[in-house]
Amino acid sequence: MARKKQKKVRKLKEKIKPKKADPNFHREDSKKELKISAIEEGTVIDHIPADATFKVVEILKLNEIKGVVSIATNLQSKSLGKKGIVKVAGKILTQEEVNKIAIVAPDATVNIIKNYNVKEKIKVKTPEMLDNVIKCSSPVCITNHEQIPTKFYVVKKEPLLIKCHYCERMMAKDDIEIR
Amino acid sequence: MDFKNRDIISINDFSKEELLYVLKVARQIESKPRSNILKGKIMAALFFEPSTRTRLSFTSSMEQLGGEIIGFSSANVTSIQKGESLWDTIKMTEQYADILVIRHPLEGSARLAAEAANVPVINGGDGANQHPTQTLLDMYTIQKIKGKLDNLHIGFVGDLKYGRTVHSLAMALAHFNPTFYFIAPDELQMPENYLDALFEKKIRYHKTSDLSRFSKELDVLYVTRIQKERFPDPLEYEKFKGVYRIDEQFLQNVKKDMKIMHPLPRVDEIDKEVDKTQHAAYFEQAANGIPVRKALLALVLGKVK
Repeated sequence: MARKKQKKVRKLKEKIKPKKADPNFHREDSKKELKISAIEEGTVIDHIPADATFKVVEILKLNEIKGVVSIATNLQSKSLGKKGIVKVAGKILTQEEVNKIAIVAPDATVNIIKNYNVKEKIKVKTPEMLDNVIKCSSPVCITNHEQIPTKFYVVKKEPLLIKCHYCERMMAKDDIEIR
Repeated sequence: MDFKNRDIISINDFSKEELLYVLKVARQIESKPRSNILKGKIMAALFFEPSTRTRLSFTSSMEQLGGEIIGFSSANVTSIQKGESLWDTIKMTEQYADILVIRHPLEGSARLAAEAANVPVINGGDGANQHPTQTLLDMYTIQKIKGKLDNLHIGFVGDLKYGRTVHSLAMALAHFNPTFYFIAPDELQMPENYLDALFEKKIRYHKTSDLSRFSKELDVLYVTRIQKERFPDPLEYEKFKGVYRIDEQFLQNVKKDMKIMHPLPRVDEIDKEVDKTQHAAYFEQAANGIPVRKALLALVLGKVK
């Protein structure tokens, strides 16, 4: 009986062995480290709904930036289920720029980083007007035929409803395509 | 109220007071049909797509007020064919005229033209979007035939999905406490965003596909053509053409003073026999384009205050 007990205890101990003994664990851990590595100076946009991560990149035109931009999406999040994080090294976003992402990520948190510390938190505010951010969903809108910037008025914030300044088409969140 | 140099682009840009003011000026002008108040002024009619009533009534209005007209009635004869942008076409034509009237198939084109031009621009229809002078003449007609705009029961029948005249008129009449009846097959019903806007303004409305259901309630029935050119799919058009027909039989169950309006052209939605009844108001409606367009030309050119 005593031997059997000892065997059971040994098996149990093996089961609850700390994972650090696993040679693969370090690799996983270092990947995690990489995802959340700190930046010395720049902007961190967190709590982006996962499906809006790349829209945020498009809206802020981060593909045109020379510095390091880290994009992570489908991360586990308690509040959003899955979320995205975008880190922009060397660029401090302004309130006006931050507001542009309100249409796809109204609850995102934006941290301005200096010397590896959060220097400022900017709240995303839905603007009254969106200048040249969105493409009009009407194929017969003049903005899709002439070289002119688009302009949309925010008619309702929740649920989002915007109106094209030119063709007056109303668009909901699902119709939004970034220009 | 000063309308001098103002662009007339969308009925949504007008307040209730401004709408009533334009109608008042139109009444004054109608009582004195000929004058030379626009002598020496030139109107450029920039019609990038075909139009009969709008172009002819703007032309006639300008001439009756002593003004002159230049322009074109098809994009085929312009530099657009050579690839010139609308912006450049407007920048060029504004050098030759005191006022521009534009009709263009693309939505939002009139707003863009107004931004490009330093002279006032009147929208004569931008695709399926806005046609403010039509809305104003519709309101003018209702005011004339019913003696008022307030508290009327107004039915709209036909293509309520694509029909810009219906959308604009419903929004403009929302200032006057109406009750609306939207009569159309489900697929061609009034778009949700307009219904939401009416709901927010606390306007009563009913939706039905049955033309006779509310016939006894109506003061005005605004009939529209099922517009073939607005359907992305021709098969969809075939399904709906001829779905409603206003004839003498229908008129047996309406109020004696119920009036029928139609922005024209009609196809088969109003039987010709209706023309001679006291209910027909659509030709008078077309004629009202003259005083309303005269009023707008005179107002924006600063010749009437």
